Amino acid sequence: MRFLRKILDDQEKKFTNGGPLERFYALFEAQDTFLFTPGETTRTTSHVRDAIDMKRLMSTVVVALLGCVYMAMYNTGYQANLAISRGAAALDNWQTTAFQSLGFAFDPSDLLACIVHGALYYLPVLIVTLAVGGAWEALFAIVRGHEINEGFLVTWMLFPLVLPPAIPLWQVALGISFGVVIGKEIFGGTGKNIFNPALMSRAFLFFAYPVFISGDRVWIAAQTTTDGVSGATWLARAAEGGQAVFEPGISWWDAFMGYMPGSMGETSALACLVGAAVLLITGIGSWRVMTGVVLGSVVMSMVLNAVGSTTNPFFDVPFYWHFVLGGWAFGAVFMATDPVSSAHTNTGRWIYGFLIGVFAIIIRVVNPAYPEGMMLAILLMNVFAATIDYYVVRANIKRRSARYAT
Amino acid sequence: MANSRDTLLDPLFNNNPIALQVLGICSALAVTTKMEVALVMSIAVIAVLTLSNFFISMMRQWIPANIRIIVQLTVIASLVIVTDQVLKAYFYDIARQMTVFIGLIITNCIIMGRAEAFAMQNGPWESIVDGIGNGLGYSAVLMLTAFVRELFGSGRVFGVPVMVTTNDGGWYVANNLMVLSPGAFFIIGMLIWALRAWKRDQVEAE
Repeated sequence: MRFLRKILDDQEKKFTNGGPLERFYALFEAQDTFLFTPGETTRTTSHVRDAIDMKRLMSTVVVALLGCVYMAMYNTGYQANLAISRGAAALDNWQTTAFQSLGFAFDPSDLLACIVHGALYYLPVLIVTLAVGGAWEALFAIVRGHEINEGFLVTWMLFPLVLPPAIPLWQVALGISFGVVIGKEIFGGTGKNIFNPALMSRAFLFFAYPVFISGDRVWIAAQTTTDGVSGATWLARAAEGGQAVFEPGISWWDAFMGYMPGSMGETSALACLVGAAVLLITGIGSWRVMTGVVLGSVVMSMVLNAVGSTTNPFFDVPFYWHFVLGGWAFGAVFMATDPVSSAHTNTGRWIYGFLIGVFAIIIRVVNPAYPEGMMLAILLMNVFAATIDYYVVRANIKRRSARYAT
Repeated sequence: MANSRDTLLDPLFNNNPIALQVLGICSALAVTTKMEVALVMSIAVIAVLTLSNFFISMMRQWIPANIRIIVQLTVIASLVIVTDQVLKAYFYDIARQMTVFIGLIITNCIIMGRAEAFAMQNGPWESIVDGIGNGLGYSAVLMLTAFVRELFGSGRVFGVPVMVTTNDGGWYVANNLMVLSPGAFFIIGMLIWALRAWKRDQVEAE
């Protein structure tokens, strides 16, 4: 450890004032504080005394995501192997070649084969996200002279988890470029962005290349168009046929565990629940936002259940199914609680979370174009987060000044 | 405004009506999915802007100050109707694609803005030059936006396939966002960003 510290200290001269590599100080700083606690202390009268800084905070989110990462690899491979063993053709790409040349068979009961097959899809997406997004991040840090934002670590982990398995890698690169540049850097970097950058990246791909990120064919890494094997997500099927589709198809428990097709890391509500526990115990995720989302969804789905519809069977799907389908759990735990783009006042967090829940269900059920509403609901409420805070603060001032009424 | 050359060229980059004054945005979003349509729109706006500047400048001594907006609008509206009729007569297909946006030239803030800000104070010749200049500034942004949108949104330039899209059996995967209106927002935003990175004095003071 001391050896590592010495190397960094020796290098520091080159990057600080007047050194030959001064322009690239941001890169050095990122390395240094990634490995060690920053040595800076507060210089003025206000002191923040907390052992945790932005980097540790963001690293904790990464730890909370590990369950989803595991499921991203296992379930992606499991779904692909299952579909192939049921008669779908394997995709004609290098992943299949690599998988077979490693000596694996498309066997859904073989844990290792599933993980390896899933990793062949998940890891390249992760690497491309890191390389391209990191390059933008470093470019802006160097040109604008700010530090490399640690928030990127989280964006980098979140983005691949909300993508379908067989997404083309150039789209991943394009999406993360959009998210980092338009979603974050034009606002001034981490802490100033209005929108969640990972969701911006996904929204860009969703609207730019809808064929690759919606519909029935992209959610399993196999050619599911062949007879007998459907690749539609259960959310899409519920949008078509309502609650009746679950009966022979999938048990609530399987959906809760995440054994169903979908975006790579978002299928498992269990993994999200574990992540939520980590975030709440460490105090990093806001329990108010999460509870708000849950309440909003419960209320809205009950309202829709009560209203009912003769033409749209999705109205009847109860809230506990909404929780385990699609990206609801992932969005509620990891996307809605983003400390930057969510509301900052405690009352505001309740309202913000509640409205995300309400809108997510409305967009899911009422909108005929696409079955998933979580991403758009969160982005929509990101826009209003600051407005909510403003009125909460105004109300507080009004309430307190009323005490001094003459 | 003694120098006609400055009057003509300033609106192109130094004082662009869209990029700096952020006027006329609605039509820039609506008619820029295809370059052909954007070109017709550009020509129509240049014609209306030049002529309205010219006529209002000639009348400027006789327009009572308190009803000047109504008089300006009457002139502009008449010109827009003439333009609309000409386009319907000679370019019917394109005019149909542009639907209401020809008629909406009347609400294009650039035209009203130039009449009020320039033609009311300057002679007919300068006003014509100013009209052409601002029309060109508007057209430059319009054509550039349409170029990017048509190229990346459908792989074409002026309707000629440059990058063959997958729908037509080619290799290029069309970017659907470019065809949607938000695509124009992003492109115009980035144009403004690039312009202000180039000409630092256009950045607003914080």
